[in-house]
Amino acid sequence: MAKLQHFKLPDVGEGLTEADIIKWHVQPGDAVEINQTIVEIETAKAVVELPCPYEGVVAELLVEEGQTVDVGVPIIAVDVAPSDTTSVVGGDQDPESYQNLAKPETPAEPAEPAGQGQAAGSAAAPAAGEKRQPVLVGYGVKPGATKRRPRKRGADPAAAERATAERPAAEPAAEAAQSAESAESAAAVAASSVAVEPASTAPGRVAVLAKPPVRKLAKDLGVDLTTLTGSGPQGSITRADVQAAAASPAGTAGVGAPEREPAVRPVAWRPGGEERVAVKGVRKHTAAAMVRSAFTAPHVTEFLQVDVTDMMAAVRRLRSLADFADVKVSPLLLVARALLTAVRRYPMINASWDEPAEEIVVKHYVNLGIAAATDRGLIVPNVKDAHALSLVELATELQRLTEIARAGKAQPADLSGGTITITNVGVFGVDTGTPILTPGEVAILAFGQIRDMPWVHEGEIKVRKVTTLALSFDHRVIDGELGSAALRDIGAMLEDPLRMIAWA
Amino acid sequence: MTVDASRGAPPGTLRNSSAELVQLLTPEGERVEHPDYPLELTADEIRDLYRDLVIVRRIDFEAVALTRQGELGIWASLLGQEAAQIGSGRALRDQDMVFPTYREHAVAWCCGVEPIKLLGLYRGVNHAGWDPKEHNFHLYTIVIGAQTLHAAGYAMGIQRDGAVGTESGAATIAYFGDGATSQGDVNESFVWASVFNAPVVFFCQNNQWAISEPLEKQSRIPLYRRAQGFGFPGIRVDGNDVFACLAVTRKALDSARDGQGPTLIEAFTYRMGAHTTTDDPTRYRLEAELEAWKLKDPIERVKAYLVKNEMADSAFFDDVDAEAKQVGMDVRKQCLELPDPGPMSIFDHVYAEPHALISEEQEQFAAYLAGFADAADGTDGAGRADEEGNAS
Repeated sequence: MAKLQHFKLPDVGEGLTEADIIKWHVQPGDAVEINQTIVEIETAKAVVELPCPYEGVVAELLVEEGQTVDVGVPIIAVDVAPSDTTSVVGGDQDPESYQNLAKPETPAEPAEPAGQGQAAGSAAAPAAGEKRQPVLVGYGVKPGATKRRPRKRGADPAAAERATAERPAAEPAAEAAQSAESAESAAAVAASSVAVEPASTAPGRVAVLAKPPVRKLAKDLGVDLTTLTGSGPQGSITRADVQAAAASPAGTAGVGAPEREPAVRPVAWRPGGEERVAVKGVRKHTAAAMVRSAFTAPHVTEFLQVDVTDMMAAVRRLRSLADFADVKVSPLLLVARALLTAVRRYPMINASWDEPAEEIVVKHYVNLGIAAATDRGLIVPNVKDAHALSLVELATELQRLTEIARAGKAQPADLSGGTITITNVGVFGVDTGTPILTPGEVAILAFGQIRDMPWVHEGEIKVRKVTTLALSFDHRVIDGELGSAALRDIGAMLEDPLRMIAWA
Repeated sequence: MTVDASRGAPPGTLRNSSAELVQLLTPEGERVEHPDYPLELTADEIRDLYRDLVIVRRIDFEAVALTRQGELGIWASLLGQEAAQIGSGRALRDQDMVFPTYREHAVAWCCGVEPIKLLGLYRGVNHAGWDPKEHNFHLYTIVIGAQTLHAAGYAMGIQRDGAVGTESGAATIAYFGDGATSQGDVNESFVWASVFNAPVVFFCQNNQWAISEPLEKQSRIPLYRRAQGFGFPGIRVDGNDVFACLAVTRKALDSARDGQGPTLIEAFTYRMGAHTTTDDPTRYRLEAELEAWKLKDPIERVKAYLVKNEMADSAFFDDVDAEAKQVGMDVRKQCLELPDPGPMSIFDHVYAEPHALISEEQEQFAAYLAGFADAADGTDGAGRADEEGNAS
């Protein structure tokens, strides 16, 4: 009989509640030793490698890369007695149940069935919609904890059925909670579902007053405290309240409840519904940075269309050089070089605004940021000391940074300390945009798509390669004249790459 | 940004000055002599030092792994600082008293404190599970620098007991980090120790980082020179050189026991790991720095010395590795078997004698806990399911 051990995601950082699975280092069937690195995870604090606590053979990976997992959820099953194998599934340790547990990953929290979306959206918005607020210790009611509970009933044939019924049951509960007089029945409904529904893990829960023994009683009886009105001092919920709620008839739960939809990606389209996507990780940081930038630095954006036919020819010639055999030569490389040259001519565009000191810090080095679209969102790694790099080195660095950024491996050092940024919106097939400054910088250059356009060239209309440049700058630091001059020169260098040498 | 912080510091004084560093064993394993610190060690003694270093590193490794597996709440790794701790720890005599921070796992090892007792603290099942009097190793102090005052005060007590300048003279040693030197406590303890000529050795492990704050933001002069301003000698030693740490600490302890007063030792080392397991050093320091320090590894140089001088063969190294592995596995096993303390035990050691207020609180808490009893009736299934989840 094989013996499975399940490794639950530990709290590796004093009070963390969840982590993203970055990379598995083992696969089912692999032999593992104690303390062998099995997985990389990223928490709010750090990327860490987890060592395996068991010796044996990997039976199953219970969560996938990219998934956000709550602390306490099993992530891997290790068979610690593989020799006497054959029946891999032992008793109530049904791996199926774990899969189900792990499945309601990130998007699962507010996965209302279609059609119920609006009801839940309005009634249960503070509950189901907002980001889950898990507690760190004690009587937690976070999904991660709840997901473990059905496991106990794994042996119970009715368990699976009940588990499916639980989730939708919360919706009627939420609706019922809307009307105050029906609080009692709402409690009843909730009671027969499970106190640990995501819907009940709302921030509002924090405000519920109840002593820990009462909370434990509610948890044991499956009563959702958020649906109760307390009769104790300061409206606190008493033991009697909980017992009354638990005792009242609870026939409605699950009856006629629609089949639960499978968890889906947050962006899936459900006609008529709404979906709330938790703001976290890169999205959260991006949002904060953009707001900070947009509302502290007065932005001005200027545009310039440029004939880059000659630059494209230069790119082709560079590609044929032996020096560039091993690196990718893209138009972006020459745009970067042109910007670096412009910085030398107009150092003020490579600066930052030091509000407390009432100073403008002009930097005599360039850490060139390149905005990159990655699976995890927008990030801006920067090429350190780009001003000092040869063209080959610059190309190599650009390539390296883009690759590590795409792979999600950019280190914090790669992302901090930038002095000026290029955003290559052309790769998305658009002509230009009005970029928002990277916080702490005073200029950002958007590089649009290069397309064949009718263009007046040497007195005649010809088909030429044309792109659009947009330069946003911080008007506190850069006047229109300076910004215009910098943009004009960058354009001139791209129009005639020889100028880059002339002005370097 | 960090570049500007070192502006004004005398060039080369903070990080790169090797001239003023006492070193007896180079990173390549070459023995060098120092006029002030002669050191005679037998082959056995050197092998023992090597064994200590390897075993404490293994214990540390195991504790980090256990933390990553959710078995400890947190761990402060000593990786890279083994030589500073073993060297100074092996310089102690039985009668000396140690006042550690929360990272002195290797000093605890030298004082005979079982490693599992350290883990108990970090697992949260006790408040430090050893008797300081039994091991002359005080409890781990989490408050940065506070233990230096304890050490100075204890040393003044030794003076008042007349146990200084005699055959059986005793001293204290206070461990602290570079960050702690910015604390008022540490500076006050310097003043007291200096003025009273107390028998205390201030052993600063300068591991270059106060969590994420680099040394150049802590001091404009090398830390050991601070002692001069307080009126006692300061010395900088290669903290990755177990020989030098042993010789320098031995001399400082001797002079303290002889009534010569305090000494500040700055063991120049490097924290190879994170500050604690909740810290991510890649966010604030460069990989290149780490790589440079890897070449100065405290264990490799002793190994190189043993091999070059034919004091040990591969069988010896295999034995040590096997022993270390066994110690690690034992620690793991013991850790997993640590019993959870009863909730009432928190009152047990607040005061040595019975205390009215504590007794009252004890009763209240017992009554409170009793409030859970009937809550569990009838529906005990759910609560326990969680705890059993990992079993079978």
